[in-house]
Amino acid sequence: MNYKRLLIPLLVLFSLSCKEPVVVFVDKIEGKRIPISDSLDNDSAIEAYIEPYRTHINKDLDSVLAYAVDTYSPRPEEGELETAIGNLMADVAFIQANPVFKKRTGKTVDMVLLNHGGIRAPISKGNISARVAYSVMPFDNSLVVVDLKGDQVNELVEYLAKSQRANPIAKLKLKLDEENEVVSALINGEPIDPEKNYFVATYDYLYNGGGNMTFFKTNDSLYELDYKMRNAMIDYFKKVDTIKPTKDGRFIKTLEQ
Amino acid sequence: MKRREFINQTAAATSLVTLGGMGLSSFSLAKTTKITILHTNDVHSHIDPFGPDHGRNPNQGGVSRRAKLIERYREENPNTLLLDAGDIFQGTPYFNYYGGELEFKLMSMLKYDLATIGNHDFDNGIDGLYKQLPNAKFEFVSANYDFSNTIMDSHVKPYKVFRKGRIRIGVFGLGIELKGLVEKKMYKETKYLDPIEIAQDMTKTLKEERNCDLVICLSHLGYNYRNSEDKVSDLKLASATKDIDLIIGGHTHTFLKKPTIVKNINGENVLVNQVGCYGLYLGKIDFYLGTDKNKSADGTTIIV
Repeated sequence: MNYKRLLIPLLVLFSLSCKEPVVVFVDKIEGKRIPISDSLDNDSAIEAYIEPYRTHINKDLDSVLAYAVDTYSPRPEEGELETAIGNLMADVAFIQANPVFKKRTGKTVDMVLLNHGGIRAPISKGNISARVAYSVMPFDNSLVVVDLKGDQVNELVEYLAKSQRANPIAKLKLKLDEENEVVSALINGEPIDPEKNYFVATYDYLYNGGGNMTFFKTNDSLYELDYKMRNAMIDYFKKVDTIKPTKDGRFIKTLEQ
Repeated sequence: MKRREFINQTAAATSLVTLGGMGLSSFSLAKTTKITILHTNDVHSHIDPFGPDHGRNPNQGGVSRRAKLIERYREENPNTLLLDAGDIFQGTPYFNYYGGELEFKLMSMLKYDLATIGNHDFDNGIDGLYKQLPNAKFEFVSANYDFSNTIMDSHVKPYKVFRKGRIRIGVFGLGIELKGLVEKKMYKETKYLDPIEIAQDMTKTLKEERNCDLVICLSHLGYNYRNSEDKVSDLKLASATKDIDLIIGGHTHTFLKKPTIVKNINGENVLVNQVGCYGLYLGKIDFYLGTDKNKSADGTTIIV
């Protein structure tokens, strides 16, 4: 190699570059996106690394916890405000949250309000796995209990009457007339007392104003149970053999006066 | 694009050392250097591709395919950076079961260079994020989250400067306001600072003190908010600042077919890009930098 021939012009270049600032320009920019499609190969090392994690999760998610005697869709029948799956969800929230709340505070949950939009998939007839809980409740909604005054519970009832959605409830029995006016609203078989306080279990998401449920934030007494709805469902499914929820007339619209 | 200057004081010394290996690297000053920026955002724990029955994206995405693609681009151009704009966590049982461990480990295997922090990265609390840091072989940048009164203190830098070939690339991070989006008990004493003010400080530092040739903002602010005038977004950030070459965004899950070109406060072009979510796309921006003044006399050619 003849380094000398190369060295001289290089030294000249360097001496210049030391004196003069070197200016860098952006000549050209090219930008695009590339789809990660199934035409691309898999990286075998990455696949092998993921595999044990995937296997563990699948085994866990697919193990059978309970059995559903029918298929329960979140879509209500025409003109109805109740669904069997909604009743199940609200009941599960009560059954699972109440002991936690009672243990911590010595008090009892009076009623439950969830939202219809939070039920993301049906429960299909047959085996129920944890994967079902993930598909029905993909959100990380946590259960909370709010201490509401009776008149705020009345606001809650008005909200249910006006929204005309199958928002799941438990321990509250609500009857509307054909004009969607409240005929009766009973908690534990009693009319709502505006002077009394009620413990309402719901999702943290709804407490924070989700679904336009503005009545929750009027009260600061919040009990966080640190218990995700999905986990409450999984725990419930583990406890029972079969589920067969029904529409029991807790939220109805009637033609009777 | 604005002219970029740096005083190359150390070039002679470094190049003479490498002269034994032909010393041809010194000629890179005269020719064009290509810098490739690869990026993802809002992958949300989507490690596996969507299943064949998925309504919108059947058989699309997946970390292992992304790894192949990144490997190919790195072979094409070693001067490549791989960046993520946040919301690495939350979205599949992988996160619920392992708390982000696998996400960080795989990103490390893919040799990510840098990431910023999204609101969902606080979903297991700031302690949950901290707990996973040992699994990340890449660093995090956020210039407008002040973590000094939290467990994350000193684990997140405002910016990082990379040197690729002869080119210095400064990358700083920006995060979205957490209040109202994330529960306080999750982000604890993390303080949110004004992104535009911070961006102005960052560009000054990166341009004037750190002599960067390219400045990239890794943002989780969101692309654009049509209905809220006051809310800071990537488009707003681009037009209210100067000296940023590229904003890589996230949060709004915006699928841009090509980068958006925005005029900054000095009337210069800024590229804003975002590739939707769930690892369905990889963004790729190639910068060609040279020393030929004539070539740039008519301004930078932008091909999108």
